[in-house]
Order: sequence, then structure tokens, then C-alpha cells
Amino acid sequence: MATQMNIEQARLTYALRLGDNALVLGQRLIELVTHQPELEEELANANISLDYIGQARMYYSCAGELEGKGRTEDDFALLRDSGEYQNLLLLELPNGHFGDTIVRQVLFDSFYILQLEALLGCDDAGLAEIAARAIKEVRYHLRHVSLWLIRLGDGTQESHARVSQSLLDLWRYTGEMFSGDAVDDCLRDACNGPDLARIQVEWRSNVNAVLAEATLAMPEDEWMIGGGRQGVHTEHMGFLLAEMQHVQRACPGASW
Amino acid sequence: MYTQGLDQAGGKPQRRDALESAEQLAAFQARIDADEKIEAKDWMPEAYRRTLVRQISQHAHSEIIGMQPEGNWLTRAPTLRRKAILLAKVQDEAGHGLYLYGAAETLGTSREQMVQDLLDGKAKYSSIFNYPTLTWADIGAIGWLVDGAAIMNQIPLCRCSFGPYARAMVRVCKEESFHQRQGYDIMLTLARGNATQKAMAQDALNRWWWPSLMMFGPNDADSPHSAQSMQWKIKRFSNDELRQKFVDATVPQAGFLGLTMPDDKLAYDDESGHYRFGEINWQEFYDVLAGNGPCNRERMATRRKAHADGAWVREAASVYAEKQAARNAA
Repeated sequence: MATQMNIEQARLTYALRLGDNALVLGQRLIELVTHQPELEEELANANISLDYIGQARMYYSCAGELEGKGRTEDDFALLRDSGEYQNLLLLELPNGHFGDTIVRQVLFDSFYILQLEALLGCDDAGLAEIAARAIKEVRYHLRHVSLWLIRLGDGTQESHARVSQSLLDLWRYTGEMFSGDAVDDCLRDACNGPDLARIQVEWRSNVNAVLAEATLAMPEDEWMIGGGRQGVHTEHMGFLLAEMQHVQRACPGASW
Repeated sequence: MYTQGLDQAGGKPQRRDALESAEQLAAFQARIDADEKIEAKDWMPEAYRRTLVRQISQHAHSEIIGMQPEGNWLTRAPTLRRKAILLAKVQDEAGHGLYLYGAAETLGTSREQMVQDLLDGKAKYSSIFNYPTLTWADIGAIGWLVDGAAIMNQIPLCRCSFGPYARAMVRVCKEESFHQRQGYDIMLTLARGNATQKAMAQDALNRWWWPSLMMFGPNDADSPHSAQSMQWKIKRFSNDELRQKFVDATVPQAGFLGLTMPDDKLAYDDESGHYRFGEINWQEFYDVLAGNGPCNRERMATRRKAHADGAWVREAASVYAEKQAARNAA
């Protein structure tokens, strides 16, 4: 059984990880503004990225309160270095083409929605409250991107080939979602938080259903890349942060 | 964002124009004079239709291209709050584009055709979006000045004689006024910030002031087609009248910020109650319109690339829809 101090530390780390996932994915999606294949998709993409930025703000504010040192959402987002970020590597990868971003989103949102469902019933009131707001948004995201994956998978030969390759390229980043550490264990055991082993079973089944409708085959499990939870990132992360944090870093202490 | 009335005329007369009788034209003008709204299915002179398609589609294109200079700072916005606000604004612009294309489509030209005209370089968009956004302060200046100028142009359009355009403008104006306040709020924060931030704000004002004045289009003396648009009540005020209103409203706002307008000749005229301002560099205006602004090529290249990169996606969606229709019919 975790000690009280461990639980507090676990809750803080867990909130930051949720915030990092939301922010990093939101930042990647923002890069796609003005580059969408259809005008309707510009609206959808901006809307989805806005939801993730909003969620990141809630998680970071919650983390700031848990930490109690006066750090703000912007301190967490814009003044931490790569090693302090603990997002899933899948979310920091460069966008690639439209099919790559849709596959990334289906894989992640299928996980995230189960994570949020579990958080709804957890003993951490702060996280449960955010989860209740976020889950409505993520349901819409998942439906939107799943429909796209089905269109692309069951569309033309070219679109099928493209998203099949996206799936193969991104699959090895999915293992990380379920390879929890002491923080995940602590949240599960002490706060009735998400159980990653159970989520993994349901995730496979849900993803498989979408892939089947998209006439796509689920890839074989292979070597899985990890490191996000330990702050060990891909080479892309430094550039993402350099761009995102540039103004804050160039003008320390200023109000914006 | 606003199209600056680049082509107010109804274009070259075409054969169908000749089929319009004097009685029809007089009856149409009588409806306009009685302040009736013209709806999409009503009879209208072909020149009126062409003028509106051109103006509304230019307006829609301006919204879409206008997403680029602001989108340039989305990934670098200095706080998460500012990032979220800017993202919501850029999303609003996509929405404006969508329903403006919708309003123009009621006149019988498809969105695909209008978009193709833009990509082919046949259609214009507001010249202001061919200027670069170099610092975060430019996002403030665009909101304050560019959206401010857009509102001056668009509020009269809420009373435009063509119903679908007028109604679209009511919604657009509400959102633009929110954008304008957000832009001014950015400028105010910078103006009250440290020396670097103040300098950034002044620099942005220096670069955006004159192009904002150009948004109202050429001087009245050089805008020969405006009269027809005024007669049709598509346009309610002349370019120079709107420009003067904008200057009168904006100069005191700059004063409140503690910033200096980049115009030595700017002075308040007690007699007329207006601010007098210096000569606009019309050569620059016409150069930018002709495609020779700092970012014309980049803006169009970005749009064309997005369209080309999305071709396989649109094709897949359309093939999938056909497959689904066939399955449902079986």
C-alpha cells in the first residue's frame, strides 16, 4: 500500500501526464490549421485542437493546486524542458499526411476515452471532474476520426494503402499506453484509478472493430517503443518545445 | 475580414444582360428603393448577381487566406489562454468562409468553382493578408486594426439589399467585434508591459497602420464602379467615408495605448471634427493587388498545396460515399 506522500506525488504526476498528452497532441494538431483537405475539416480540426488545449489547461491548473508551489498552467506548459514532459511518444511524432494523423488519433482517443471513463469513478475529485468534461469532447473526437478512418480504409486503393502503412508505422508506439509504472499502480490501487491491463483488453477490441469496418488488418504486436513516462523522448520533441516556448523563453517574466 | 470592394462593377456586360427589359430593371430598382430584401430565388439583373458573387466570394476567400497570417502564431502563442483564444478566432474565420461560400452559392455558383477560381489566381482576396506576421504583437495589431477596419466595412453590409449576405453579416459582425476587442487587449497588455513588449507593439502598429487604411479600397475619385453598388444598396457608404470613420475611431485608441501613429501629417481638425491624415501609398496598394506583396506567393502556395495534398482524401471520401450508397440500395 502506497504511503500518503506517494499518493500525492502520484496524483500530481498523473495530472501532469494527462496535461502533457493533451497539450502535445493539441500542439501537433494546431500545426495542421490551414492545411486541411476540406474547409469543413478546418473547422473540425481547430475545434478538436481547441478541446485538447482546454483540457491541458484544466489538468495543469489541477497539477498546480496539487503541487502547491504557485506554478501556473503556463509554467508547466512553457517553462519545462523536454525531460520533464511525460507525454506518450505517439503524440509528439510529426503529423505526416492526413491518414497518419487520423490513425494516430484513433489509436490514442480509443485509449484516452477508456482512461477518462475510469477516471470518472476514481477517488481523485479533481481528476474526476475534469474527466467528466473531457469525455464529452473526446467521444465526439473519436467518432469523427473513426468515421474518417473507415472512409480512408474502405475508400480508394490509394487511401487504403496509405492508412495501412500509417497503422504499421504507428503501431509500435501503442504499447506505451499500457506499460504503466508505479504512478499508474498507485492511482489504481489507492484512488480506484484506471486499470491499464483491463483498458488494454477493451482497447484492442474497440480498435479491432473500427479497423474491421475500415477493411484494415490489426498489425502484429512487435517491439514497442517507450520512454515518455520517464521523460525520454523522440528527437522531434525538442523542436516542438522550442517552437511552442519561444516567446516565453525570449522574454522571461513578462506578462502576455 | 473583409474584401475591399476590389471589383465593384458587375463585370463585362454579357449576352443575357441584353434580355433584361427596362420594365424589369425599373421594378427591381423600385424594390431596392423601397428597402426590400432581394432573396436568392427573386429575379435580379445579371450584373447584380455577378457583382454579389464576386464580392461575397472575395469575402469568403479573404476569410480563408486570412487564417494563414494568424495561424502563423498559433504554435508560438505566449500563453495557453492566448493560444486558445487565437485558435477560436481562426476557427471562426473558417466558419465565416463556410457560410459566405454558402451565401454565394445561393446565387448559382458552386463552392468548388469559387475555390478553383481562387486557386487559379482568377479571384482576389483582401490585400491585407499578403503582409507578414513577424512578432506576437502583429496578432494584436491584426485584431485591433484589421478586424476593426473589417467591422467598419461590414456593419453597413448587415443592411445590404441581398438577404442571404446581409444575414450572414449579422453573425460575422458579432464575432468580428469580439476579435477586435481581443486584439486590442493584446496591444494593451504589450503597451503596459516591459520595454521590449512596448517596442514590439509600436513596431506592429507601424507596419499594419497603412495597410489597414488600404483595406477600404481606392479613394472615391478612383472607384468609378462604387456608384452602381450604392444604387443597388450593396454598398451604403463610400470608401473614403468608411476610411475616415475608421481613422476617427482608431486614433484615440492608439493614444490610450500610448503608441504613436506612423503618420507625421495626422492631426485633429477642429472645424470638421475629423482627423486629417497623410497620403496613402497607392503604388504599394496596387503592387500588392497585382500579386507583388511580401507574402502573396506564400499564401497562394500554401492554399494550393493544402488542396493538392488533400486530393486523395477527398477522392477516398467520395468513393466511400458511393460504396455506401450502393450498399444501402442493395
